[in-house]
Amino acid sequence: MATAAQSNKAFFNQLKRYYTFYTGGFIAFIVFVGILEMMGVPNKVLGYMFLFATILLYAGIGFMSKTAEVSEYYVAGRRVPALFNGMATGADWMSAASFIGMAGTLYLTGYDGLAFVMGWTGGYCLVALFLAPYLRKFGQFTIPDFLGARYGGNIPRLIGVLAAIICSFTYVIAQIYGVGLITSRFTGLEFGIGVFVGLAGILVCSFLGGMKAVTWTQVAQYIILIVAYMIPVVWLSVKHTGNPIPQISAYVSALPKVTALEKEFNDKSTPKGAAEESVRAIFRERAAAADAKLKALEAGGPAFLAEEKKKLEDALAAAKSAEPADAKAVEAAEKALKDFPADAAAAKKKWTADKSAAAAKAAPVKAHAEAFAAKDEQARAVAKKNFLALIFCLMVGTAALPHILMRFYTTPSVKEARRSVFWSLFFIFLLYFTAPALAVLVKYEVYHNLVGSAFAQLPAWVSNWAAVDKTLMAITDINKDGIVQLAEITIGGDLVVLATPEIAGLPYVISGLVAAGGLAAALSTADGLLLTIANALSHDVYYKMIDPNAPTVRRLAVSKGLLLVVAVVAAYVTSLKPGDILFLVGAAFSLAASAFFPSLVLGVFWKRANKLGAIVGMLVGLGICMYYMYNTYPFFGVNAPLWWDINPISAGIFGIPAGFIGVIVGSLISPAPSKEIQELVDHVRYPNLEGDIDTKAA
Amino acid sequence: MQLTEKHREYWRKNLRITSILLAIWFVVTFVVSWFARELNAIEIIGPLGFYMGAQGSLIVYVLIIWYYARYMNNLDQEYGVHEGEDD
Repeated sequence: MATAAQSNKAFFNQLKRYYTFYTGGFIAFIVFVGILEMMGVPNKVLGYMFLFATILLYAGIGFMSKTAEVSEYYVAGRRVPALFNGMATGADWMSAASFIGMAGTLYLTGYDGLAFVMGWTGGYCLVALFLAPYLRKFGQFTIPDFLGARYGGNIPRLIGVLAAIICSFTYVIAQIYGVGLITSRFTGLEFGIGVFVGLAGILVCSFLGGMKAVTWTQVAQYIILIVAYMIPVVWLSVKHTGNPIPQISAYVSALPKVTALEKEFNDKSTPKGAAEESVRAIFRERAAAADAKLKALEAGGPAFLAEEKKKLEDALAAAKSAEPADAKAVEAAEKALKDFPADAAAAKKKWTADKSAAAAKAAPVKAHAEAFAAKDEQARAVAKKNFLALIFCLMVGTAALPHILMRFYTTPSVKEARRSVFWSLFFIFLLYFTAPALAVLVKYEVYHNLVGSAFAQLPAWVSNWAAVDKTLMAITDINKDGIVQLAEITIGGDLVVLATPEIAGLPYVISGLVAAGGLAAALSTADGLLLTIANALSHDVYYKMIDPNAPTVRRLAVSKGLLLVVAVVAAYVTSLKPGDILFLVGAAFSLAASAFFPSLVLGVFWKRANKLGAIVGMLVGLGICMYYMYNTYPFFGVNAPLWWDINPISAGIFGIPAGFIGVIVGSLISPAPSKEIQELVDHVRYPNLEGDIDTKAA
Repeated sequence: MQLTEKHREYWRKNLRITSILLAIWFVVTFVVSWFARELNAIEIIGPLGFYMGAQGSLIVYVLIIWYYARYMNNLDQEYGVHEGEDD
């Protein structure tokens, strides 16, 4: 076996050399674009350069990794060293939501957003302790493969395929959405076209070389995304605190200042607090006005609506006939009339939204570090319960998403699989422990520098982003004092990462780099997910169930064909813009956790678990989870009362225990599994046994 | 394929380390978060409750996995169930 070990070692060194060159080349490219910028090349051209250079790069890697071998196509030839599998898993794992959205969520919600940070890292403990080494020993191609072999027969495999498709598809929609958003923002292409450009980027890497191509592209994407995330944050940290380690400076120097400013804003006896209070008073009036209109609508119905509309029409007529003519006033009156709700239902919706938005602005500033902030003890208990439930679902979901588990089939050995979980979490950790620090640093910038500055001299990044997108940055002088107050600023979460390079005073080239990083994050996750769906269909359904004698060429042809079909369907569904991204992502985790986790874990740790148990467990877990989401998520319109105040995103908190009970009860009421299957369990438990059976697939 | 007493002992040791690490995971995640408000009163690197959620618990997760990989890879050797290929 010495030769195999030597060849692995040589391969590892070769990879190290390649990726060192690659990283150097990428940095040279950034410098080159930076020089072009100094020479006066317009920003839009620089944006295009980043977009196309990176997509071309991924296509190049995809092309070089093209393969006609089954084991290379499905599991990258099982020779990916732990370190590189860790990087690939990191890129596979971190999506557009992590890269662009996470720091923003933390900025907006403070402590409560940490559920995502903990949930999306702590889940790897479960992967390491319960699944990765055992799946690697089992050594086939897909997660339904394991269910099929461990529980026997096609039914567990088929349910596994269905569940894998449901959760991966929900998740891939969110990724393609992110791809469309980034391409359209940085190149000015339309969202729909952005989706298809991104899709082309996804397909060039996975189509020719399957898992092999995806793995090596993901390593490249990880390097881009981590460089893109770190540079602006480190710079911002140096600028604000003089300390180049944001993960320390944010808590030691920025957070105490933010906390002090929060107290000042909420204290009416200080000048800043008094200014805030004057803005809040205006918002309170607006909330009260919206409330009064709602009540009048309730009492007066359509008649009241017509009366209100008449007032606006009169105002418009008055503005038009005013002397001297004021074009701005006419425009404002026209806009007010145009935006007026068409019927009672629309009016109710709009005014309710107005009321809650104004009420939120009228409320005191929430302390960033305060856990479970709420109005009273009871509401705090509900917030705490949902926080813990969300962490639990995200963690178990992490340990059940097929596209992640699949990655641990690709290492050369069980030993490497264990190490590779460590590297995976380490590389993910680098980004996830930076995001909360970034949120604090940006908050410091806003609270300390933006608040209190004059409207006449807003910082450049504020006016730039306010001009680009009102949902990301909106700022109005509500109380007309010419000075910015916190309650006058509205920030969209995604702004935090996107604007950091400008806040830190870096050139546009770094903004382009951040966009390239976001794109890398979204593309790499979408790649892994599409491959999971296509493999479940081609390998598990076509090869294992329909035609087990299919020749290799046809297996790969079917697989590639399905990849195309799935990608186009996913892009089509995305272009319809369904639902809220964060909910889609959360839903995918709850679904995967409820369907897979119980049968996978009990399959390794409980020999008595059998076919009926797996079938019952997966169906009950998935069923309960979907039932609860359908009944409580507002999108479906049922709006049934919540169970124990748990939000629909954490539906897995009911699905996971139901799945475990299902497996246990189903197994105990039917006979114990055969001796062969019990031997299979021993086989996966020990990395090497004498006289062992062999489950490795070619 | 017959499991020897040594094999069973290997599996028991695996279960033991798995349970210990899982218990640490549970405390760091759920117990610490449960008392986040109370822990925020303690200032170490920022308020402790916040710090644990943002950084502390993540560091513990990385260490848990690192330790498990190291412990199990040694245990494989000790009980002779390691794979032939070695780097």
